[in-house]
Amino acid sequence: MVFTAIVFFIAAIGAITGAFGVVLLRNPFYSVLALAVHLVSLAALFLLLRAEFVAAAQVIVYAGAVMVLYVFVVAYVGGGEQLASGGVLRVLGPLFALALAIELCIAMLGAGLKGVNSKGAPFVPGFGTPRSLGEQFLTKFLFPFEAASILLLVAAVGAVVLARRRRGLEPDEEFERQVHIPRPAWTGTMAEAGGLTMPAHAEERTYVEGEPVATPGSDRPDQEGGW
Amino acid sequence: MSATTFGWLVLACPLVGSILIGFGYARWPGRLAGWIATFAIALSFVFAVLTLIKLLGMSPDHRQLTSSLWNYDVSAGVDAKLEILVDPLSVFMILVVSGVSTLIHLYSVSYMTDDRGYSRYFSYLNYFVFSMLLLVLAGNFVLLIVGWAFVGAASYLLISFWYRRTTATRAGIKAFVINVVGDVGLVIATFIIFGHTGTVQFLPVFHSIHQHFAYNGAPIVVACLLLLVGAFAKSAQVPLHTWLPDAMEGPTPVSALIHAATMVTAGVYLIARMHVLFEWAPTAADVGAIGGCLTLVLAATVALVMTDIKRVIAYSTMSQIGYMIMGVCVGAYSAGLFHLMTHAFFKALLFMAAGSIIGAMSGDQSLEHMSGFRKALPFTFVMFIVGGLALSGMPPFSGWLSKDDIIGFLDHRGGGFEILGIVGYAGALLTGIYTFRMIFRAFFNEPCEEARELEHGHLHHADVPRNPMTGEEEDTDVGFPGPGHFIAEREMPMKVAMSALAVLAVIGGVVQIPGIDDAITRFLEPTFADSKYVHVEVSAGPAWLGLVIGALIAIAGVSIAYRIWVRQRGTSARLIERFHGAYVFLSHKWYFDEIIDFLIVRPTLWTGRLVATTLERGVIGGVVTDGTTSVVRAGSAAVRRAQTGFLRYYAALMIVCVFGVALYFLVSST
Amino acid sequence: MNIGWYLAVSAVIFCIGAGGVLVRRNPLVVLLCLELMLNAANLALVAFARMWGNEDGQVFALIVMVVAACEVTVGLGLVVAIYRRRLPIDVDELNELQG
Repeated sequence: MVFTAIVFFIAAIGAITGAFGVVLLRNPFYSVLALAVHLVSLAALFLLLRAEFVAAAQVIVYAGAVMVLYVFVVAYVGGGEQLASGGVLRVLGPLFALALAIELCIAMLGAGLKGVNSKGAPFVPGFGTPRSLGEQFLTKFLFPFEAASILLLVAAVGAVVLARRRRGLEPDEEFERQVHIPRPAWTGTMAEAGGLTMPAHAEERTYVEGEPVATPGSDRPDQEGGW
Repeated sequence: MSATTFGWLVLACPLVGSILIGFGYARWPGRLAGWIATFAIALSFVFAVLTLIKLLGMSPDHRQLTSSLWNYDVSAGVDAKLEILVDPLSVFMILVVSGVSTLIHLYSVSYMTDDRGYSRYFSYLNYFVFSMLLLVLAGNFVLLIVGWAFVGAASYLLISFWYRRTTATRAGIKAFVINVVGDVGLVIATFIIFGHTGTVQFLPVFHSIHQHFAYNGAPIVVACLLLLVGAFAKSAQVPLHTWLPDAMEGPTPVSALIHAATMVTAGVYLIARMHVLFEWAPTAADVGAIGGCLTLVLAATVALVMTDIKRVIAYSTMSQIGYMIMGVCVGAYSAGLFHLMTHAFFKALLFMAAGSIIGAMSGDQSLEHMSGFRKALPFTFVMFIVGGLALSGMPPFSGWLSKDDIIGFLDHRGGGFEILGIVGYAGALLTGIYTFRMIFRAFFNEPCEEARELEHGHLHHADVPRNPMTGEEEDTDVGFPGPGHFIAEREMPMKVAMSALAVLAVIGGVVQIPGIDDAITRFLEPTFADSKYVHVEVSAGPAWLGLVIGALIAIAGVSIAYRIWVRQRGTSARLIERFHGAYVFLSHKWYFDEIIDFLIVRPTLWTGRLVATTLERGVIGGVVTDGTTSVVRAGSAAVRRAQTGFLRYYAALMIVCVFGVALYFLVSST
Repeated sequence: MNIGWYLAVSAVIFCIGAGGVLVRRNPLVVLLCLELMLNAANLALVAFARMWGNEDGQVFALIVMVVAACEVTVGLGLVVAIYRRRLPIDVDELNELQG
């Protein structure tokens, strides 16, 4: 009993610290590492809740694969951020979160859920083992299982499509091509309605490395009528 | 086959002819379309004669027959049926219409040769004859209105037949608009009559007029006045007459058929058919008679100064119809219709002859350019003389008998109608003068250039085709009017048609010689049996007195014209100088065009422009359409502000809403 | 431990994640905070599974993990694409989808 309590508190503190670290650390790389800590703590909590397989999956998939992916991307993209102006949400954001937290706690404590005050149902050996979860997946939850696999396929294809480089064109040219397709005048396209009619041959733009590309319309003042 | 079956066949022939020609319009070789059309109308005439024979075979009491093909009675209890009424009046009319139409079709076969719109012309002409026959055969108000409208449409199509001429299209529109005014009157009158009697069929209405309307009461007078509006618009009486002279823009056979013999007589037919109503509302009948009289005088005076030969004849038509309207409004039904018949003969003849001389002048219609065609166009000259004498009322031609039949009746009725009768005699004098002015100017004195050419056997062709009214050059590459100009001397169909009419104009009067026979009166008696004037007969003595006076006036008119235009040349120029004001007044046609333009056309155009700019653009465009869209646009712009594009604000919104929902569930569960 | 404790931890982590989404401007970090929220949900699911004694919650949690993995994949692909086009990596600057 005491042992579980101690482990619980350590894991809980680890999780919460990790969470705070994700949110508060400047460097995104450090945030990723904080999240990894959080994930491992959460795995410990899962173990305490007798969810062995879920804990293992958490460590392998989440902390193992997903975080590694994150690390790669952060390394590629890099960059810290300037927190100069965040608008009013810098103050209001934490406030909203706090409000939500209080409300959830009230909900839990004041609602008087019966099972919440116990330690849970009597333990059945085999609860949470891969064997019983596998049985569940292949009988009762077959459809979600299959759907999830299709989802994975879709996501994989999507990621490849999103991030690939087309042959022969520089990405900025390709972008311009996508946006400034010459259309016949007065066909009533949205571009025309919003005042974006460009002549068939857009003026050549030279790009400087690292300079943000002017998106169409970003150099215009915001117009109310544009639609 | 009964009389009504023949009646339906009379209607069917021109309709089939029109459709047949219309569908094959580009394919009929040569003049085949013309022959088909003529044959269709001739067949219709044959059926009309058969109808007559069948009708005469019945006893006089049973000579009003109706036959219905289809019942439209589907709503509001209006008993509208596709029915025709075959009775002496309608048979009389279909005989006149189909007979004269046959001859005019025959004439047109050669007159319109080489015109690219040849088939179109004959399709329209057949359609017109069908509409006119429908009008006179209609057995109820609804079909009458249908026929009325069709006739107006056919008139429009044929007036602006050479539609590349602006003057022609404008004339067509003018005719149509004025006709529409008449249509409105007719329709509203029908409403009033239907409202009181509950039926639109003629015979039941006529039988029940006395119960439903008070004698000379407001409803019946208003209804009859509106019917008069319709009749006056169609028959070109004052003040709705301004379209007829302009309608001369159409080809000459069209003027002959529509604007002399048939369509313009539709008003006379209407009043004659509705005689029960008019006798029950004497006020309206008197108004009609005065209107007819006014027209008679106005038209005769204007015809004195017109220089376009077709317009002289058009005003003459207007004047003669004034006689007819006067006649049927005061109760001289058979006299009025007798004059209608004879007028159809000699007026169509005059128009055909005018077409011949216009052909000799290669399209020029002005009397000022014509002279001395006597030797060059002998046949046309004789036709003109016959038609002119008949028109002027010279014995023993038909016009003499018919015109004086009317005037005699007027004198017989006495009272105020005597004055109308005297005005009628004055009009007859003027008729003689202007008719023979036209003939003497065109055929006597020194031959003009074209006449001389023709004497040598060569038909003059103008170098440049010109619009007869404005003189401007025309583009004939469009194919019409055709390049050919035809004179009666050289074209057999024209000769045949004109000779037939000439014979009829001469002997047509024998059917109604006072004291000897009154075939028309007796024939029409079943229709007019319920008229209070049916037994009013002018006795032979006063009738012959009137005829003698009429003859003297005619001779006087011809001799005055002879003196002014043949004997003492230059008299007319001196007269114009002396009475210059009157001359200007008359040559502007009593300023009716200008008055109507000022009173009606300009305000209408102004209103139209106002509505177009202010109402249409300002109110409907600006307030309603643009207003609605700008409200929607403003609303959507306001809503669009929520879409800022900032991810964090969206997330904040979501968190707040989740908070709200959870709060709701929390509160509702406690 | 009472199940309630686990739920409390889950709530706290969820709210931290929500706050992070609202406050941070680097899209990568925003995605990380999203992961936090998903994990909090996972924890709650597993806690309830333990409470009821049946494994439905755990199955659900596994599926959530699958979904999270997919979402991360696509999201990171987007971030990479954005970076390739030399656009600023800042959610406040990427506001073209507006009306």
